[in-house]
Amino acid sequence: MGSFRGFIVKEFHHIFRDYRTLVILFGMPVIQLILFGYAIRNEVSDIQVGFLDPVRDELTMDLKTRIDASSYFISKGDYDTLDDIERAFQDGTIREAVVFEPDFSHKLRHDGSASLSVIADGTNPNIANTMNAYTLVIVRDFQRDLLADDTPAPAERGIVIDSRMRFNPELKSIFLFVPGLIALILMLVSALMTSITITREKELGTMEILLVSPLKPIQIIVGKVLPYFLLSFINVSTILVLARLVFHIPIRGSVLLLLAECLLFILCALSLGILISAKSKTQQTATMISLSGLLLPTIILSGFIFPIDSMPKILQVISHIVPAKWFLIIIRGIMLKGVGFEYFWKETLILAFMTAVLMTASIRSFKIRLD
Amino acid sequence: MAAKDSSTERVVIDVRDLTRRFGDFTAVDSISFSVKRGEILGFLGANGAGKTTAIRMLTGLLEPSSGDATVAGFDVYRQREAIKKNIGYMSQKFSLYEDLTVFENIRFYGGVYGLTRATIKSKSDELLERLGLQHARDHRISGLPLGWRQKLAFSVALLHEPEIVFLDEPTGGVDPVTRRQFWDLIYETAANGVTVFATTHYMDEAEYCDRVSIMVDGRIEAYGTPNALKNQFEVSSMDDVFIRLARSTSQSS
Amino acid sequence: MRTLPFILQKEFLQIFRNRSLLPIIFVLPIVQLVILSNAATFEVKNVRMSVVDEDQTEASRGLVRKMQATGYFSVVANSPTADQGADLLLSTAASMVIHFPLHFERDLRRSGTARVQMIFDAQDGAKAGVSQAYASSVVVDYSRELGANIVLDGIPAGIDVIPVNWFNAEQRYTTFMVPGILVLLVTIVGMFISAMNIVREKEIGTIEQLNVTPITKSQFVIGKLMPLWVIGLFELAFGLIVAKLLFDVPMVGSIPLVFAMAAVYLVAMLGFGLWLSTMTDTQQQAMFLAWFFMVIFILMSGLFTPIESMPHWAQNIAELNPLAHFIRIMRRVLLMGADFSAIRTEFYWLVGFAMTILPMAVRQYRKVSH
Repeated sequence: MGSFRGFIVKEFHHIFRDYRTLVILFGMPVIQLILFGYAIRNEVSDIQVGFLDPVRDELTMDLKTRIDASSYFISKGDYDTLDDIERAFQDGTIREAVVFEPDFSHKLRHDGSASLSVIADGTNPNIANTMNAYTLVIVRDFQRDLLADDTPAPAERGIVIDSRMRFNPELKSIFLFVPGLIALILMLVSALMTSITITREKELGTMEILLVSPLKPIQIIVGKVLPYFLLSFINVSTILVLARLVFHIPIRGSVLLLLAECLLFILCALSLGILISAKSKTQQTATMISLSGLLLPTIILSGFIFPIDSMPKILQVISHIVPAKWFLIIIRGIMLKGVGFEYFWKETLILAFMTAVLMTASIRSFKIRLD
Repeated sequence: MAAKDSSTERVVIDVRDLTRRFGDFTAVDSISFSVKRGEILGFLGANGAGKTTAIRMLTGLLEPSSGDATVAGFDVYRQREAIKKNIGYMSQKFSLYEDLTVFENIRFYGGVYGLTRATIKSKSDELLERLGLQHARDHRISGLPLGWRQKLAFSVALLHEPEIVFLDEPTGGVDPVTRRQFWDLIYETAANGVTVFATTHYMDEAEYCDRVSIMVDGRIEAYGTPNALKNQFEVSSMDDVFIRLARSTSQSS
Repeated sequence: MRTLPFILQKEFLQIFRNRSLLPIIFVLPIVQLVILSNAATFEVKNVRMSVVDEDQTEASRGLVRKMQATGYFSVVANSPTADQGADLLLSTAASMVIHFPLHFERDLRRSGTARVQMIFDAQDGAKAGVSQAYASSVVVDYSRELGANIVLDGIPAGIDVIPVNWFNAEQRYTTFMVPGILVLLVTIVGMFISAMNIVREKEIGTIEQLNVTPITKSQFVIGKLMPLWVIGLFELAFGLIVAKLLFDVPMVGSIPLVFAMAAVYLVAMLGFGLWLSTMTDTQQQAMFLAWFFMVIFILMSGLFTPIESMPHWAQNIAELNPLAHFIRIMRRVLLMGADFSAIRTEFYWLVGFAMTILPMAVRQYRKVSH
């Protein structure tokens, strides 16, 4: 057992001596969290809007001022023709244009109805719809105030929606991203780094030396993996603390349960890392497999950023084998919904099953290499 | 050793007090020597004695800290590019591209030294014939045995007919027969008037050299013909010269 | 300059024989285009709905039917109580609960107004917002159909707001994503492969050999970068064809203009790759650094999330991101039909990057150690 302890001490030394790797291991999570938290947002704001207003009287001025005053819009002033507007879209000056019909005010005053077009930069459909919706709200408010001047507001009619946003009433995108970030970083540290260090030993030939030593294969694996296990755990804790203190993301459920599920996921990722290293001969292969086989699916097919429900069926099916997908359901459940184990025991079971299969496979393929 | 009338030959490498420091550490400490045209200089020393640093300065890869040196008549500070045109180099690490074929390697290095395609063609035919490697012309380097690769790398280093060729441990990891063949190539080259500057670990190889320099801790502790050195240290082989030197310096320090 | 053709010949040969590079050049782009374009969507297509209908009338069932008919909503469960409905949200079986109270229909008939409660799983705020917008437009239509000629907030339509979406009238997400993903393809060649390619010579030691030859610095750099520049433009051409055939992305603007911009952009990214290679000794380190910068570049490029949504300081940082400028160019030229003068500013940025990073990298790469 003495040689085993010495071996583990050596492995820790390896990692802590290489400051470049350490910076990646600890710096990256922090930088990514800050970036995600502050810069990566979905909320639409600061929409640059231009106007095509042949009328230019008090009424249209009023509406324009009102749009500009809203926190969602920034007015870029009047344009003379539709061509000018198209131009402004093309060079990125505006993202929306409001076009009044020529006798807008006259019609509104005399006929009681007039029309205006809201032209949105439709390249991004979601944003276009959001911009349209915002504009509509302002125009409706404007109109209500106009009416309020002379007629009493009519009573509410029709079906009224009483809608509630659960778990994230302010619709903050960071609530969505942080749990995903935990999964991504765990994959990066646990799977990618492990697969690379082990393959590196193989490439350098030092693995042979370990294999002829009295250490058992399982001890070698544990020794290699233990430091990363701890590092991953420290990373999770750092992210959770930052998320709580800096971004005020709630952990509504049990912290202990959360940490336990993280441990399960770390084990799963480590097994993947060992499996990859057993299968690949060079660091380059290991990196390529890890990047394309682990990191990309974790980013794209886990529900981290993009809703899985909206994907084509085939991708939805593929997403079932991405461990991060199940992990995300679990930790979002704990952090945002505050639910207990009874709500995600199935997902936990799937994840545990995956881990067991991967671990068996990785230990077996590691042994095969020995014989 | 083909006896050469060295007095009439001109000096092609001239080194005076050449020094290189890395921070506090002096890797090469004020070495001086000169090599004449067509000579084979064996550049010996233990690992870390400063051989590689010296070779890197002479080939223009590393700037000296102080001292003077000319290689093929060009200054190592100001005329590095001219030096490069007139030397060949075969490095310790393998210098041919494994993923290219024999001919593609020859063509690339020929092109780098400004040879025309026609010259490259004729020279490569000649070279392959001399080495008996015609059949391997279109084989990748990665599939060739180490001995062949070394000979090929050496011949490629001579493709542009340099005045001097630097060999950094050219026979590392090669079997005795191939080593012998390799030295035959070196003799042939020197006989054609090319100066050979070779570092080596093998003391028997030192016996083949016209002149031998032995570096210890950044200094040249012995310099001369193999026979002169054996007389000086009163021993019968170069091996013993080396051991003597190592012992005397370890006693003095 | 007689040497250059020899260097280029060798580089091309090596690239096409390198087993770890070829998949990055030829397989990864296809995977990225096909998977990313389909997966990277914020479109909301399938809102799983749990229905709690205490009313059980034609009016309530009609609304549910109408919602299903849009194709955006699907009913995963009919729950007898509000609590059970909400429970499905907790277990992620549903992402929305629609709750009709008792007397929904009666209220609607008697007073002309009735309430329906909708609870959204708002963990993904954007998705919840879109779902809500879809749902309310269905409800407005439904109210109208039921004979009440009224809108949601009860104000007669005096100002008729006509929404128009220019440039992507069919509102397809792939149209938006594909030009950005093309930028990714070009970037990977430029940054990853150039960095790895040069570090590889360091690692196997042939760079020493090259350094003692008369190859000049510029010959070496051009020899290394030009093949990748050509491959990058080839990838772009390939990607544009796939975009046209597979995704039917509109290409309104000038294709030569796209290539001209890509040519400049590639110089900047190749320079970046070269710089990464001078900072590292092994392909491993180069990969890590490249990956690290890539993540930052992608996330701050406007590819997935709009730059305009970032706080101002982050928007300023994003100006320093070449990806952001090239993605803007691609979207504006391809989708909006912008001509050169409309993207002039972006072009100057690209030229600025190319002229800063490449000379810097070339200076950093040295044949002689000091």
